Amino acid sequence: MTYLKSHRFIGSAFTAITMLSITRTITSNGDLTSTVTIAQALVFASPIALAGLAGIWAERAGVINIGLEGMMILGTFGAGWAGWQWGAWAGVLAGIIFGAIGGLLLAVAAVTFGVDQIIAGTAINLLALGTTKFLAILLFTNAPGGGQAQSPPIKGKIPVFTLDSIVEPLTALHEKGIFFVSDLAGLVAGLFYNMSLLTIITLLLFIMTSYLLWKTAFGLRLRSAGENPWAADSLGVKVVQYKYAAVVFSGMLAGLGGAYLSIASTIYRNGNTAGRGYIGLATMIFGDWRPGGTAAGAIMFGYIDTLRLIDTGNQNVKGLILLGAIILFTIGAWMLRSSRRNTAIGFLLLGAVMIGAYFSATSFPPEVAQVAPYITTLLVLATASQNLRPPAADGVPYRKGEDH
Amino acid sequence: MNLRRLATSLIAPAIGLGVSLAATAVILISIGANVTVIFSSMWNYGTSPRAMTLMLNLATVYFLSALAVSIGFKMNLFNIGVNGQYILGSLAAAVVASNLQLPKAISITVTILTAMFVGAAWAGIAAWLKVARGVSEVISTIMLNFIAVGIISYLIVRTSIGTETSVNIRGTKFIPESGMLRGNAFIDPDTKVYGFLIISIFVGVGYWFLLNRTRFGFDLRATGKSASAARTSGVQSTRMIVTTMLLSGAVAGLVGLPYLLGQTGSYNLQFPTEWGFIGIAIALLGRNNPVGIAIGAIFVAFLDVSSGQLVLEGVPREISTIMQGLIVIVVVISYEVVRRNQVKSEQRSVARALAKQEVSA
Repeated sequence: MTYLKSHRFIGSAFTAITMLSITRTITSNGDLTSTVTIAQALVFASPIALAGLAGIWAERAGVINIGLEGMMILGTFGAGWAGWQWGAWAGVLAGIIFGAIGGLLLAVAAVTFGVDQIIAGTAINLLALGTTKFLAILLFTNAPGGGQAQSPPIKGKIPVFTLDSIVEPLTALHEKGIFFVSDLAGLVAGLFYNMSLLTIITLLLFIMTSYLLWKTAFGLRLRSAGENPWAADSLGVKVVQYKYAAVVFSGMLAGLGGAYLSIASTIYRNGNTAGRGYIGLATMIFGDWRPGGTAAGAIMFGYIDTLRLIDTGNQNVKGLILLGAIILFTIGAWMLRSSRRNTAIGFLLLGAVMIGAYFSATSFPPEVAQVAPYITTLLVLATASQNLRPPAADGVPYRKGEDH
Repeated sequence: MNLRRLATSLIAPAIGLGVSLAATAVILISIGANVTVIFSSMWNYGTSPRAMTLMLNLATVYFLSALAVSIGFKMNLFNIGVNGQYILGSLAAAVVASNLQLPKAISITVTILTAMFVGAAWAGIAAWLKVARGVSEVISTIMLNFIAVGIISYLIVRTSIGTETSVNIRGTKFIPESGMLRGNAFIDPDTKVYGFLIISIFVGVGYWFLLNRTRFGFDLRATGKSASAARTSGVQSTRMIVTTMLLSGAVAGLVGLPYLLGQTGSYNLQFPTEWGFIGIAIALLGRNNPVGIAIGAIFVAFLDVSSGQLVLEGVPREISTIMQGLIVIVVVISYEVVRRNQVKSEQRSVARALAKQEVSA
């Protein structure tokens, strides 16, 4: 999936909608594919997707970025601080710049000094957490509408689009409850309902990354710094410069992800990232260090989060369990045909357990949905890690002229 | 030679401390605070009997956390999952201990074993994923941390494990006094030094003995230095990975116990959940050496406790987190710089010796 092969993309989208549709029909829970759910899922997914994309940039150049969480925190703070004074767009810009500072710090430690990248990242997380809490107390405590742990509201808004001429008929169609058709209608309507310009920018950044990293000489050189920097150097690639560029851009993307969070909640709040930087890292691995899979992982996290949080009748989590079971059965059946019998049987058994749980309980606690994305990530890693291929020199310190 | 090695191993943390203190001073000046007043007020409060007691108590926690991390470090394993391992271990320990009516010694032994077992089991998942499925322990332990938080909130909020322990706070039943290890108020008359301090010293000694005086420790260090060399000499690397992760998790399981048995007596939703990350920083500062870790733990605990006083001076106490982050990053960088210089000077002395030989030949 270096670039989206259209027939594969359409095939998997078709399968996904069918599975959603089956779940929606059995549970008769329209929320699962409603316009509002999809629109909200995109809002939750975007910051995670940006963090994942940030991870791709750094790791494709051979630098592991555990500091994503810290850079995101810096982004949330920058957006709150500048957004409160000079408006939302200034907030976005400040978020990007603050994130870039975090990225630069990682680049200095990891690229110039070649220290252990996981340790450097952990230190950045610690620093970002301390610095933002520290500054929040100093800058926001006496500001009108602010507090010790949160900024005053961000001024102005990032434009949000709703195309009524598309949303209204499609939402009406969704409410009819026709198999597949209504679900597709809900999904499409969700794309035109409360669509933030920042979400569109996120999408464009994904497309730009796919193109830049896999279709241009620049991208080839950057990735060569992550695969075999010594060989790249021997061919005249300025490895250190590429690594710097990649890591700083990674910080900018993570900062933008943080800014997105602050803009979406209209203020900066301590702890607003809630580990989304780490989750972004997981989606990157989930997506095999490529934009398409990473976006899919982020959408999964966003979708599950949405269903958990808008769960009014306590039925959404139950729906998710059934959906999970259907997905496991589908993958299991598909795997049975290939040679991986043991994994396939494991998936089918797990699917059966979930079906049993679905029919034996009337509702499930929200904690199930809270941990579901993490368990899914572990499952994906456990079953697919042999097929995943990180950049060969990911995490290896590089010094010009020194062989490994 | 040994003296020189000691000096080089001390120079990096010294530079780290110096630079981060200087950077902190710059931050303080830039917000218009009086640096001398601040540092002297931190020192004055930090050396008061009450603060010393609080510092020792916090250092006990940090020491265990850093030991857990450093067992993994010795073998190039990153146990980022200490958080998850200790919160689950503490919860299990609290549940078991609150149902025991036994003599103190037995009750506490059972509590400790429970916490160690649960911590090891949780780390064991990451170990299995690594050796059987090739999943990096960094990612799996981060995921397991999130899962542990979910499990705990489910158990406490929605099952009979949790009860209303005080107004609006749900937690486990209180541990009977016979199961507590409250310690002794020998520094400050009003605050007790956790009894778990003594146990953690034993854990530290055990760590030193295991690593430096046993076959297992030798294999572990050998694998950390060169996995391929260790494998050639007959060390089974998968078995080593599993054992190391289990040990790391077992020690991690203990991290919450000083506080649980010395202070709260119940695991509630306000139990600190972030003591694992600071362990990474301290393990680095202490270079995975138990004495070094103890000094690092006391130092970081001193920063944390004494910075609480800064609110009075108008400086947020988060300055201590900033300092910790700065210390870690400056210390690792200076380790690297010192190492490079060492390599360079060794190469130079070899070159000089070779040049002499050639001349005489």
